[in-house]
Amino acid sequence: MSMTHQVEDDKLMVEMRGVNKWYGQFHVLKDVNLEVKKGERIVICGPSGSGKSTTIRCINRLEEHQKGDIIVDGTTLNNDLKNIETIRREVGMVFQHFNLFPHLTVLENCALAPIWVRKTPRDEAEEIAMKYLRRVKIEEQALKYPGQLSGGQQQRVAIARSLCMNPQIMLFDEPTSALDPEMIKEVLDVMVELADEGMTMICVTHEMGFAKTVADRVIFMDKGQIIEENEPHEFFNNPQSERTQAFLSQILNH
Amino acid sequence: MSDSAKVTDKLLPDLPPPANSTGFIGWMRMHLFSTPANALLTLFAAYLLYILMVPSINWALISADWIGDSRDACTSGGACWVFVYNRFDQFMYGFYPEVERWRIDITFVLLVVLAAWLMLPRMPKKGLVSFITLIIYPVVAFFLLYGGSFGLEVVETHKWGGMSLTLILAIVGIVAALPFGVLLALGRRSEMPIVKSICVVYIEFWRGVPLITVLFMASVMLPLFVPEEVDFDKLLRAMIGIVLFQSAYMAEVVRGGLQAIPKGQYEAAQALGLNYWKMMGLIVLPQALKLMIPGIVNTFIALFKDTSLVLIIGLFDILAIVQAGLSDPNWLGFSVEGYTFVALMFWVFCFGMSKYSQHLEKRFHTGHGAR
Repeated sequence: MSMTHQVEDDKLMVEMRGVNKWYGQFHVLKDVNLEVKKGERIVICGPSGSGKSTTIRCINRLEEHQKGDIIVDGTTLNNDLKNIETIRREVGMVFQHFNLFPHLTVLENCALAPIWVRKTPRDEAEEIAMKYLRRVKIEEQALKYPGQLSGGQQQRVAIARSLCMNPQIMLFDEPTSALDPEMIKEVLDVMVELADEGMTMICVTHEMGFAKTVADRVIFMDKGQIIEENEPHEFFNNPQSERTQAFLSQILNH
Repeated sequence: MSDSAKVTDKLLPDLPPPANSTGFIGWMRMHLFSTPANALLTLFAAYLLYILMVPSINWALISADWIGDSRDACTSGGACWVFVYNRFDQFMYGFYPEVERWRIDITFVLLVVLAAWLMLPRMPKKGLVSFITLIIYPVVAFFLLYGGSFGLEVVETHKWGGMSLTLILAIVGIVAALPFGVLLALGRRSEMPIVKSICVVYIEFWRGVPLITVLFMASVMLPLFVPEEVDFDKLLRAMIGIVLFQSAYMAEVVRGGLQAIPKGQYEAAQALGLNYWKMMGLIVLPQALKLMIPGIVNTFIALFKDTSLVLIIGLFDILAIVQAGLSDPNWLGFSVEGYTFVALMFWVFCFGMSKYSQHLEKRFHTGHGAR
């Protein structure tokens, strides 16, 4: 449970202003405005195809936006490769399908970016890797290959791999959607712990329990637009928009 | 408890499989004699093998003559390996001067040592040895084979020949075509339109012409277009032709491997802040190359055998030199032995490559279903 955490009101980590994106003719993001303060935990939810994944994938330039501004920790995202690399060093990302590197051991997966991007000496990088593997309680698997681990274990490794770069912001793109039900909790526990330590987090997820207990704000997106944005208690108990009400009744009552 | 509930607290023990389903007998029953038709086919195949293999083995091994000085030694009616025995040195070294042949021996012994060092998983200092093999060794090999310095006599390349020439062509081709092929494949998948079109045009051009044409062009046409003072070595021209040609094929094999790598791998690498070359070099290519081993080795084997085409531009590779030996009046009529020997030489090396690639595939297998 996260009771005492610090949101620094004056420090914006992510700022999206009037962001628009098209896939060919298809308008996938429509005038998205989002501000995330340091230490804040945002949950983005919405039906599939609503643009929630695309929104967070624009933050680290896995997708390119065509209109509007995105500023991450003071750096403006444009076509300058230097800026993109700076931002990617500061932003960690966890994917729905883990995307671990199958030809490398768990330890090598984690130490890779510190060695090659941050130029950390190998033994130091491996120490960092072990530290985060311990934190996600998986250090005993360090020398195995990802293919030998369960889905939940792989996702925890993926979280550790991101943390090894010491990111300022963590993006989670449906981190539990590809997991078997009995493995969801072990991943959510790690995420809750991370939130308790004050990490700035933006999570796209369908885990409404996680949203209720951890989020500072819940954002509901539909058809490429932000429809509603509120603190979790109000969002779940008193949704304003009809579309939000319809969505919540679909996912909560079954 | 309701009537529809079923429950058991007795755990069933592990039993051995039924007899006749395992072991040699079981295997035979399953694969050779499962149905009457299958049993008939098995017997027929066994008969075919019998009538083909027995005379072949008899000819090649049992009633063959092995050692002697001339064709008069061949009296047993089987294969006359005396021909190969007498000319073995020439088949290996071509017209390389006899007193200098130790230079070829050293070159290949060095290569075998370096290659073995790299292939055996337990040897240390792989990075240093790869550097020596790829950068220093070719220079050393060139000076050893060609000479011209360190007191070594110059041996012109037109004297090179036989199996050593075949190996030189094949190894140069293999070592140079792979990196060029990788670069071409990356270029073809590039988002930069000019790089992409250059690579597409290059690949489609070289894949569209036969290697024989390329070799002819290199040896006959090229000298007509360049001034007379510029004298490219004929062997060098053939090597360049082979490398340009084979790298186009290699590029397509590599591209196939690149396409098999899921998009998530690129995204994870990018999200961690790796730039393009690090992403390719550390994440994508190692996985793609692993998938591509069968295709790459297939190309290598084709390349190895294609080197024999250089005989049409007057280079004496193993095939050409055996053919030349067959036209010697003293040894007329032994073409079956000669060509069998050539085939065997090619087969040994190609089969070796094939086996090594299977071993690599197993070694690089790191579990399944990983994404």
